[in-house]
Amino acid sequence: MEPAEIFPHSGGVIGVSWLMIALPLLGAAILLLGGRRTDRWGHFLGVAMSLASFVVGVLTFVELLGLGEEQRRRVVELFEFIPGMVNMGLLVDPLSISFVLLITGVGSLIHIYSIGYMSHDPGRRRFFAYLNLFVAAMLLLVLADNYVGMFIGWEGVGLASYLLIGFWQHKPSAATAAQKAFIVNRVGDFGLLVAMFLIWTTFGSFAYGPVLGAAGDANVPATAIGLLLLLGACGKSAQLPLQSWLLDAMEGPTPVSALIHAATMVTAGVYLIVRSGAFFQAAPTAQLVVTIVGVATLLAGAIIGTAKDDIKKALAGSTMSQIGYMVLAAGLGPIGYAFAIAHLITHGFFKASMFLGAGSVMHAMNDEVDMRKYGGLASVMKVTWATFGLGYLAIIGFPLLSGYWTKDGIIEAAMEHSPILGWLAVIGAGLTGFYMSRVFFMTFHGKRRWAEDAHPHESPAVMTWPLILLSIGSVFGGAFLIVGNRFMTFLSPAVGAPEEPLGFHPFSVPGITTLVLVAIGAGYAWTKYGRSEVPAVAPRGSFLTTFARRDLYGDALNESLFMRPGQWLTRLAVFFDNRGVDGLVNGLAAGIGGSSGRLRRIQTGFARSYALSMLFGAAVVAGALLLVGNL
Amino acid sequence: MNNTFQAPTIEYGQLAPLLLVFGAAVVGVLIEAFAPRYLRKSFQVPLTFVSLLGAFALILVQVFVSGVPTAPAAMGAVAVDGPSLFIWGVILILAAVSVLLITDDDHFVPQAAAVPGSAEEDDALAEGAAHTEVYPLVLFAVGGMLLFAASNDLLMMFVALEVMSLPLYLLCGLARRRRLLSQEASVKYFLLGAFSSGFFLYGMALIYGFAGTVDLAGISRALGTVSGQDPLLLIGTALLGVGLLFKIGAAPFQAWKPDVYQGAPTPITALMASGTLVAAFGALLRVFWVALGNLDWDWRPVMWGVAILTMVLGAILAITQTDIKRMLAYSSIAHAGFLLVGVIATGDARQNADALSGILFYLLVYGITTVGAFAVVTVVRDAGGEAGHLSRWAGLGKRAPALAGVFAFFLLAFAGIPLTSGFFGKYAVFAAAATGGALPLVIVGVVSSAVAAFFYVRVIVLMFFSEPAADGPTIAVPSMGTAAVVTVAAAATVVLGVFPEPVLRLADQAASTLFIR
Repeated sequence: MEPAEIFPHSGGVIGVSWLMIALPLLGAAILLLGGRRTDRWGHFLGVAMSLASFVVGVLTFVELLGLGEEQRRRVVELFEFIPGMVNMGLLVDPLSISFVLLITGVGSLIHIYSIGYMSHDPGRRRFFAYLNLFVAAMLLLVLADNYVGMFIGWEGVGLASYLLIGFWQHKPSAATAAQKAFIVNRVGDFGLLVAMFLIWTTFGSFAYGPVLGAAGDANVPATAIGLLLLLGACGKSAQLPLQSWLLDAMEGPTPVSALIHAATMVTAGVYLIVRSGAFFQAAPTAQLVVTIVGVATLLAGAIIGTAKDDIKKALAGSTMSQIGYMVLAAGLGPIGYAFAIAHLITHGFFKASMFLGAGSVMHAMNDEVDMRKYGGLASVMKVTWATFGLGYLAIIGFPLLSGYWTKDGIIEAAMEHSPILGWLAVIGAGLTGFYMSRVFFMTFHGKRRWAEDAHPHESPAVMTWPLILLSIGSVFGGAFLIVGNRFMTFLSPAVGAPEEPLGFHPFSVPGITTLVLVAIGAGYAWTKYGRSEVPAVAPRGSFLTTFARRDLYGDALNESLFMRPGQWLTRLAVFFDNRGVDGLVNGLAAGIGGSSGRLRRIQTGFARSYALSMLFGAAVVAGALLLVGNL
Repeated sequence: MNNTFQAPTIEYGQLAPLLLVFGAAVVGVLIEAFAPRYLRKSFQVPLTFVSLLGAFALILVQVFVSGVPTAPAAMGAVAVDGPSLFIWGVILILAAVSVLLITDDDHFVPQAAAVPGSAEEDDALAEGAAHTEVYPLVLFAVGGMLLFAASNDLLMMFVALEVMSLPLYLLCGLARRRRLLSQEASVKYFLLGAFSSGFFLYGMALIYGFAGTVDLAGISRALGTVSGQDPLLLIGTALLGVGLLFKIGAAPFQAWKPDVYQGAPTPITALMASGTLVAAFGALLRVFWVALGNLDWDWRPVMWGVAILTMVLGAILAITQTDIKRMLAYSSIAHAGFLLVGVIATGDARQNADALSGILFYLLVYGITTVGAFAVVTVVRDAGGEAGHLSRWAGLGKRAPALAGVFAFFLLAFAGIPLTSGFFGKYAVFAAAATGGALPLVIVGVVSSAVAAFFYVRVIVLMFFSEPAADGPTIAVPSMGTAAVVTVAAAATVVLGVFPEPVLRLADQAASTLFIR
């Protein structure tokens, strides 16, 4: 089934859906421009703006549901942005509204949680300002009805991510991590930009409607556009080969890791691929590359996750891996879109809940992140333990919890497409079972390996309630979306649907295998980290462990492939620049400066010489006119 | 010959904005004559604002309610057409904003007739005297500007030129500090202005000799019947052009600009750099398009030369300036050159409209940014008044980050960096010129913009990356008026740089009617 037609819309809540973007943007502006005056109530404003945006989002969603199924793609025209090129408008359709609800819903919970988490931080107002900025930019990203608007949001979330990773600028590691994220994302953005250039020269438009409607035509360079879009998606979503920034990005405050680097921003790449699905469906090569990137990343992320002792980095590896699943599904075409987005949403819940849980643990343990110094926390932090545990069960695909439905859907769809992809995804699921159990047992069970001065305690209610609400999503979200193909039916007007929708087969061979592998992984983790002693200092481990600990040598690879040759190149360029280019430019500048100095002397300050120069000028003008006139 | 005198018909409705401004100026003179000294300012300031804003409102009424007239008013002497109305609106906005600066008493001498440094001057200072005549003078100058841009015959244009210039000559000499410099500026401006008026008048006489009329439309008709090689006509065109090019400060008639801009009280400089320039371009466009449009094959090459010389000279000379106001004066010369590129970009009717709308937009954005920049100049002070020397601005970014930031933003707008209004202004003019076949001019324009960007950025570097001088200037707490001017100018520069569309459309509309004849 093809995606439905897009209808212009005005009036109603959909007509004012721009409020969703405007409100948090206003919040950010007030907090940033208001300065210290807003310190006392700034965080409440931030939360209020985010909640208000959520309310508008829900009302928009309700209004959209009131329309007929084929009527649910509405474009709200806003203004002419670049005359003759870009008309800015918002596209409210099932795809964008799903993101809107996730971003504003989970976003609001994380805003609330941050009130507690950042309560002692002197920069709390600035933090909420950036969070609001992020929400506004992310909503623009998913709501814009054209690539230019999407790109502005894309860069906006990049900026917010940069600002928030480097939020504690006084730490050199945070500042470096922020720069790394920014620079790696440049590579992806370059791809996205070139894709947009190609789109403009091919279609003469940036709007989704006309562009995607004609994406399947002959003589459209769909493969090139698809691969370039994929490059953009890889940067933003930390997929191979642009994955290296995400682990370092954990330097930011934990709510940021939860919101931006787990639940929402890093999924923008998946949004881009699904939104531009028409290009990929027209280009099987590009689709194949997407699935390969997805599978490679899901395995790489899982392997990295098995070896990290830093709780946030382990979770970050898991994020990489889960987004790998989504990219894989998005690369499968219409059959996978619904699962990709459904997994994205459930992942948003359980990963945010686990990150916030990790934050709660860090809050209790004096900001310690090394899991080897945790252990046995279950008894002192009941709520955190329970909510983290539910998130953990959801992500490993414990039957009937959220992750079970959505991840299994992806595996089934991949299996349908190609058994190799399918079985690799099954192996990834087994690894997930291991590394997530490792995180859970090392943190909450086993012996207490706390530092001398650690007095862990449960976090305040303002932090635990968001955890509880998120874990509701971790438990029931998957079943709600997948049972009866509810989400696929809802999403199909926006992204199209396969000829034969994939049914859910709980007892298929891959399904059973997955469960068995997960059980083995979890069991192995229990014997190694739950039941037996965990050494306080990481043992040396085999070369495989080192390989995983060093992020699969991703940084080493980047350094030797790009950084060092880049440095040589810059040295060469500087040499050439000093001798050749600068010589020329400086000579030119000196020449202009010199002539300026000489010309200045005609400005004598005497009215008589000015008058004389006017007279000469008049004579020249008159003479020239006579000359030209009589030619 | 019919000997009975025909009373002229005057379209009062169309001329209402002009009449309001002139009427208010006359009332202002009466206030000076009859109101007690201590009350005058509280009469003059509201009167000035009411008349300027009232005139603006009358323009809005004409544009949106009664419709733009299609025939010249006052027996063909004044043409109230789309471009005129747009230019009027721009002049009135710029004048109102400049008057906000003028209301700060600190800029004007307490007693102009006192010899600088004399005991008499000290007495006047001590008793807090002030020349409230400034307000009616400004109103007369503004009225002259309005009329200058809308004059449809050369005689009226000459009268307007004088009405505009004479008050400005006086105003230039009224600076409170560095009075000798100010008086020198005033005398220079007067002498050279009178000299250029002579050129204008002589050119007008020659053209009258050729065409037998001073009516712009009549001259155009006369051109249609005679071949264009008449020396009377050509020399007349040249001399008329010299008179107008002097007012916009095009090379080689630019010499007065730096001296006058530096010496004049800064609020008056702001008014001249914005309002006079706008009015002079209005008149220049009208003369060369309405009256001499058919002669364009003859005047265009000369105008090319003038434009190139103006852009290059303005940009190059600005580099070695050490005084902020002189630097802005050279920048104004360079901008006049860029605008001349737009004037040259004529061709068929459609092309005319594009170029014209570009120029109109450019005039608005340049004028507003200029007033803002001069407003910033007024608050950076040291013991001797405004700290004009650039070395005094070193490290300003550390002392007054907000002010230095706004000034840097204005400079970027002058340089035409995207997301500032200056970018769209330049873009509109250069794009029109490029499609109009003046590509070499555009190249020269872009290259001189690059040279010009150097000295704008140099000031920014100076402000933000140099150590502040130990005894650096103090930042005066800006008066309400000055703060408002800086805010309005900065806001306009941002808004017109990000959402230029509504105003561009307005300029398009104004230009679409072209000049009526």
